[in-house]
Amino acid sequence: MQNLKLETNADGFAILTLDAAGQTMNVVNDAFLADMEEATAKIAADDSIKGVILTSGKPAFMAGADLTQLVQGFGTLTKAQAYAFSQRATAMHRAIEQSGKPWVAAINGLALGGGFELALACHHRVLVDNPKALVGLPEVNVGLLPGSGGTVRLALLVGYKKALDLLLSGRSVGPAEALKLGIVDEVVPADKLIDTARAWLATGPDPVRPWDVKGWVPPQKKGLTVPEDSVAYMMAAGAIAQKGYNTPAPQAILSAVFEGQQLPFDKALSVEGKYFAKLLTDPVARNIIRTTFISKLAAEKGARRPAGVPKSEVKKLGVLGAGMMGAGIAFVSATAGIEVVLLDRDVPSAEKGKAYTAKAQAKLIEKGKLSQDKADAVLARITPTDDYALLEGCDMIVEAVFEDTAIKAETTRKAEAVIPSTAVFASNTSSLPISALATASKRPDQFIGIHFFSPVDRMGLVEVIVGKQTSKETLAKSLDFIAQLRKTPIVVNDSRGFYTSRVFRMFIFEGVAMLEDGVEPARIENAAKAAGFPIGPLALLDEVTMELPVKIVDEAARDSADTENKYTIERGMKVLGRMIELGRGSRKAGGGFYDYPATGSKHLWAGLAQEFPVSESQPDQEELKKRFLYSQANETAQTFEEGVLETPEDADLGAIYGWGFPAWTGGTLSYIDTVGIAAFVAESDRLARLYGPRFAPSAWLREKAAKGEGFYPAANQPAAKELTSA
Amino acid sequence: MEAYIYDHVRTPRGKGRPDGALHEVTSVEMASQLLQALRDRNDLDTALLDDVILGMAQPVGEQGGVLARAAVLQAGYAQTVAGQQVHRFCASGLDAVSLIAAQVHSGMIQAGIGGGVESMSRTVMGYDSGAWTSDPAVAFHNYYAPQGIGADIIATLDGFSREDVDSFAVESQRKAAHAWKNGYFKNSIVPVKDILGEVLLDHDEHMRPGTTVESLAKLKPAFAGYGKGGFEAVAKAKYPQIEELNYVHHGGNSSGIVDGSGMVLVGSKEFGERAGLKPRARIRAYANIGSEPTIMLTAPGACSEKALKNAGMNRGDIDLWELNEAFASVVMRFQREMGVPDDKINVNGGAIAMGHPLGATGAMILGTVLDELERRDLQTGLITLCAANGLGTASIIERV
Repeated sequence: MQNLKLETNADGFAILTLDAAGQTMNVVNDAFLADMEEATAKIAADDSIKGVILTSGKPAFMAGADLTQLVQGFGTLTKAQAYAFSQRATAMHRAIEQSGKPWVAAINGLALGGGFELALACHHRVLVDNPKALVGLPEVNVGLLPGSGGTVRLALLVGYKKALDLLLSGRSVGPAEALKLGIVDEVVPADKLIDTARAWLATGPDPVRPWDVKGWVPPQKKGLTVPEDSVAYMMAAGAIAQKGYNTPAPQAILSAVFEGQQLPFDKALSVEGKYFAKLLTDPVARNIIRTTFISKLAAEKGARRPAGVPKSEVKKLGVLGAGMMGAGIAFVSATAGIEVVLLDRDVPSAEKGKAYTAKAQAKLIEKGKLSQDKADAVLARITPTDDYALLEGCDMIVEAVFEDTAIKAETTRKAEAVIPSTAVFASNTSSLPISALATASKRPDQFIGIHFFSPVDRMGLVEVIVGKQTSKETLAKSLDFIAQLRKTPIVVNDSRGFYTSRVFRMFIFEGVAMLEDGVEPARIENAAKAAGFPIGPLALLDEVTMELPVKIVDEAARDSADTENKYTIERGMKVLGRMIELGRGSRKAGGGFYDYPATGSKHLWAGLAQEFPVSESQPDQEELKKRFLYSQANETAQTFEEGVLETPEDADLGAIYGWGFPAWTGGTLSYIDTVGIAAFVAESDRLARLYGPRFAPSAWLREKAAKGEGFYPAANQPAAKELTSA
Repeated sequence: MEAYIYDHVRTPRGKGRPDGALHEVTSVEMASQLLQALRDRNDLDTALLDDVILGMAQPVGEQGGVLARAAVLQAGYAQTVAGQQVHRFCASGLDAVSLIAAQVHSGMIQAGIGGGVESMSRTVMGYDSGAWTSDPAVAFHNYYAPQGIGADIIATLDGFSREDVDSFAVESQRKAAHAWKNGYFKNSIVPVKDILGEVLLDHDEHMRPGTTVESLAKLKPAFAGYGKGGFEAVAKAKYPQIEELNYVHHGGNSSGIVDGSGMVLVGSKEFGERAGLKPRARIRAYANIGSEPTIMLTAPGACSEKALKNAGMNRGDIDLWELNEAFASVVMRFQREMGVPDDKINVNGGAIAMGHPLGATGAMILGTVLDELERRDLQTGLITLCAANGLGTASIIERV
């Protein structure tokens, strides 16, 4: 057994310790299951063992299922195989429960998902009193449900209403709340954990669960004849509609509980397993897990960092420009322990930038998430100034001045006159080509784009743009800096708008194009939200101002000789022009596509119908959803084809974390694979015929489709290949 | 073979609450008293009847177990009279009459009684919830939303303001009060008696004569809580043109929760002759239909068209229309869709004023229309109801 240690004691109470060899975390995978099966059999057969204390040798009890294993479920497992997979773990838990000996989970740290399911299968749960020891069943967040009896046992333990709240929100709770909810039995200090567990075993508890006693009646055996229950399930089915109709997990969880609580225990486990199998073989779970866990973690651990460059650390950072972006970058950098020189054209401007940190900290302190001491130390690391001389000794510069090539060039020259020759110079531009900006630098190989998103302290993504002359050392140092900030990097090559700004523009312009096409504005906004975007394109334009995209497009047209990608806009400019002309270019202007009454919520401006008459026949929502998803996916494919993007992981992380592309798709390229590349191309042709060439697949994409070649390797495999073991 | 209406009766409608006058009366007792009234006022040999079909929207508990059969025996009818219950939600009462008529039309029976009973104060709305509302695998994928949300969707789509629907409700109250004052209902009302034989209720208890738009304006929208709890998301998923749901319905412009029963005696010509009864009208056509289930209140238009087609008639051939006032917006949408003017529909008020004892209402409003056709000396009436999950029923009667 590589993952477990079994220690027998004279008192008959064995200690079984979860301790995966060579890992920092215990996770549920095939190897662990095999060990557990062996251990439970051994324990059941050993008469000298009277009870078992299950604990962990790691700081955490158990993190949950091995997601790298689960992500392979889609496309490789049939539904029957997925069910068999779920039943193996379920049977292991059942063996604990029916071993005839009491098991107590001594939960010494975090226990989530499969980890908490394991604890639920024990007869008693003692949790360490440590705020980091979170417990819960967060599977809904990855498009799955808590298998191995998680939905069944939790609902039996605390009732279906409390269970549904936890299962559908995926919320984890700390010790105090866990005890109050009744999902653990005792909370004790770390040094009392094992003794408390042993003391419980010493009371001689009955190891037979109520549901294994003859005559047991499932709690909701009466089903829908109990009006209170039927109303509760009715309301729950309505509440999950707020999560949208793209991810099947919430309904599967709700159904597993609803059906499970009416059934005998083993039948309930079986039904739960069948719902689990449906989710595991659905692309949505695969998409969410692959991008938001596996790719994200890999990116944070340096997946795109060039090999062979020694690890670096930024000790002193120069931030040029103390506007909203510069101020945010200063805040997160100082928080990461970096000395920051925050420079602007005059001291009051620089100080205003520093004040942003104090303001943001005040909110954190108020919420109890930050201590005053720590806040003071962070604030002391930021030096506001208008003096370039203070940049001396900086390891890195992040320039965040006005988006104007000339101003940026001047700033670059002034800074480079002072900073060490080894320093990396990064521009935080969101769309200006890096290689062009680098011409102002005397060390273009040390020049790079580091595109933060606003607000910097809340947006985890950073888009790194490699210029024509950027060296691999510069890239490595930049990624090391981003790792210091604990943010998620993607790496792209230089082009106007890079990747995220370039594709994001398709979202807003598709929305405006729909308005031009005579689609009712509410349908546009609802379709975007129904597709899974956090906000409709019209509402978004009101926030960012319509002048901004117009300016970027105008600038791109002016500089079009510079770059291969012309950054043209097919449709929608007329609408934006007209709105600006009407003085309705943004919320700031007093109202844009929406009116913002002093009291009550915003609502679409009634004058829109006059300006942009709606067609008599309106498209159905699926068509509008497709227009949003396909236009962005096709632009991403083109960006990939041009070599601006080098990996599908960068594309997908950038889409989800950069501009809120729906997580259920896994990202823009994952979406193409999910649709199937051949189907995507065929549908794109139809959309191009109806709505314009922005949907037209390129020859390159067509060829890929003809070969049946997706963006991810898994997409090239035939579905449901036979497994050697089941 | 023709199916004739020989008589009809109904109970007064009691408030469907524990302090309502009929709360102490069981459902079977209400039905039984009406059966006795039909027998006694027509001097009827009940052995001439073949079947009694009663509808209820909650056919469980005291209203389950084929209440019609229990009522037949409790009323002292001949034991040869069969019994059956139908459940088509709010359409049940009218559908029960149609099913009796259809059996007469087919020659399967000579005569029977169709109607319904509902003690809303004694049963719990939701007793009979079923998969369509509460099994997540069904409710979620079929975009189920509570009926009040459907009423507010109609108002939102059709642009009915709060004042529009409240004005409609005020009219319902005014017309009902006028009809009661002038005794338009008196021939059909059978007061309900208690165990000692004392009259418990002889009038519709739910009415609020004197209701004004101003007094209704004080009521809070009833269904915003459901909407904010998630069903607005369901509504938008189904109707993506909706920016924001306009919550305009409340207790004052929706059908009232009441207890009551209604019954219609239907038979062939031969039955009438044997029983010595004179037919008052014939049932020309009937129809059932399914419509969009999320709103679930818009079936009456299409269902009326279907019944008209079955009868070989046109809209213009109908003298009086009766559509159950489930919610104000339901009738307002119907009038707009079918081009029915105010003075031809629900002329004596409706369920907003007098209440809607779910499974019983269809039989009651058929009787209301027949009485009014007689009073005005008109010929044809179309009666229709919307019902849960998008169902709807309609029936056309013609005086003879």
